[in-house]
Amino acid sequence: MKRVVIVGASAAGLAVAETLRREGFDGTLTLIGDEPYLPYDRPPLSKQLLTGDWDAERLALRTPADVTGLELDMLLGVPATGLDLADRTVQLGDGTPVPYDGLVIATGVRPRRLPGEGAHVLRTLDDALALRGVLKPGRRLVVVGAGFLGAEVAAVARQRGCDVTLLEPSPVPLAHAVGDEVGRVLTRAHLEHGVSLRCGVSVTEVAEHGVRLADGELVEGDAVLVAVGSLPNTEWLEGSGLSTGDGVMCDEYCEAARNVYAAGDVARWWNPLFDTVMRIEHRTNAAEQGMAAARNLLNPESRKPFAPVPYFWSDQYDMKIQAYGYLRGHDEVAVVEGDVTDGRFLAVYRTGDRLVGALAVGMPPKAIRQWRQAIAVRATWRDAVPDRSAAAV
Amino acid sequence: MHVVLDEPKCVASGQCVMAAPDVFDQRDEDGIAILLNENPGDELHAGVREAAAICPAAAILLAEK
Repeated sequence: MKRVVIVGASAAGLAVAETLRREGFDGTLTLIGDEPYLPYDRPPLSKQLLTGDWDAERLALRTPADVTGLELDMLLGVPATGLDLADRTVQLGDGTPVPYDGLVIATGVRPRRLPGEGAHVLRTLDDALALRGVLKPGRRLVVVGAGFLGAEVAAVARQRGCDVTLLEPSPVPLAHAVGDEVGRVLTRAHLEHGVSLRCGVSVTEVAEHGVRLADGELVEGDAVLVAVGSLPNTEWLEGSGLSTGDGVMCDEYCEAARNVYAAGDVARWWNPLFDTVMRIEHRTNAAEQGMAAARNLLNPESRKPFAPVPYFWSDQYDMKIQAYGYLRGHDEVAVVEGDVTDGRFLAVYRTGDRLVGALAVGMPPKAIRQWRQAIAVRATWRDAVPDRSAAAV
Repeated sequence: MHVVLDEPKCVASGQCVMAAPDVFDQRDEDGIAILLNENPGDELHAGVREAAAICPAAAILLAEK
């Protein structure tokens, strides 16, 4: 293999490049990114960058010297627009074909939008700087969607003295992801910090001075952030023959077609640890999957299935939420340490007869790490949570 | 190899502790990483490189001679 092309210059793409070099790949390594920036970190966009504690330079994932050391053929500010599997070339937006022997797709996701003009979204550095500019004391911010991103922005906006209205279609924010009980803890935090949270409301469009609800009501604001999830960036792969229903479909090795791998937010793959297909939009997965894809591409004779325990964290107000596992679609939640009412607790999740997740707020790190280990070794619920009848919620 | 931990960047994920438990630990109160050994021996380098690569906050910097 002489030429590897990586499409996507964020955390996953960078991890691919670094891993290939670290493991001895000395061929041509092309990194294509549609943003004009060197790889930077996204989680701080809704945290330290938005609060103003950090400036943009602080987000660089590697120093310019480290990036130079990778000896990349770097094509930034140019999108990939097509893929020809038979010809083994990627097409760029300016018409240039880029040939490859091995390809890694790491094009990430983009925010879902609503009809109407003028709303902010938050995915890129430019998005975050634009939003930061409007978070001034006394300004009214309407946040559509009380998922992790919307919740983090609501918290920062309150900290910066904005009036915040947070609109959420479901009855309890994040209940689908973390369960009702934990969702209510997060709800309480918003209310305690003066956010006007309205659940069970459906926003149909962005209006001139706010957003319009399904019943016609106008919720007024000086600025609107739409944080209603994201869509995988796979349009450029249409007609390529790759399966791109909701992300690039891969096998357990993160391979989508021969010598074509995917990693990060855009990759949907079979995770044998949970016996299911998943697509994970978490920062740590981008790095882990980039490393795994790179190793499998480079060592076809000794490929390893990518079977991680997903991990995410979220900072909201003074809470740090950390979770391991695959919580989505869980059947049961049990609080096994602490107490949800005082905001320090550890909850574990069951799907079928398996322990599949653990989520902690304000707990010591070692408390949750042992649960991660139990998830990693496929512990059954019965073995991992013996006295669940006492702790069940 | 010289290891630097950019502590304010740390997000307390603990990924480094899993990758290189002889070099990193976490504070009990907030999970922020602790650097146990700034100049780890050769046998630890692979784990430390893994930790630096996997850190979700890019908070581990390595200077290798």
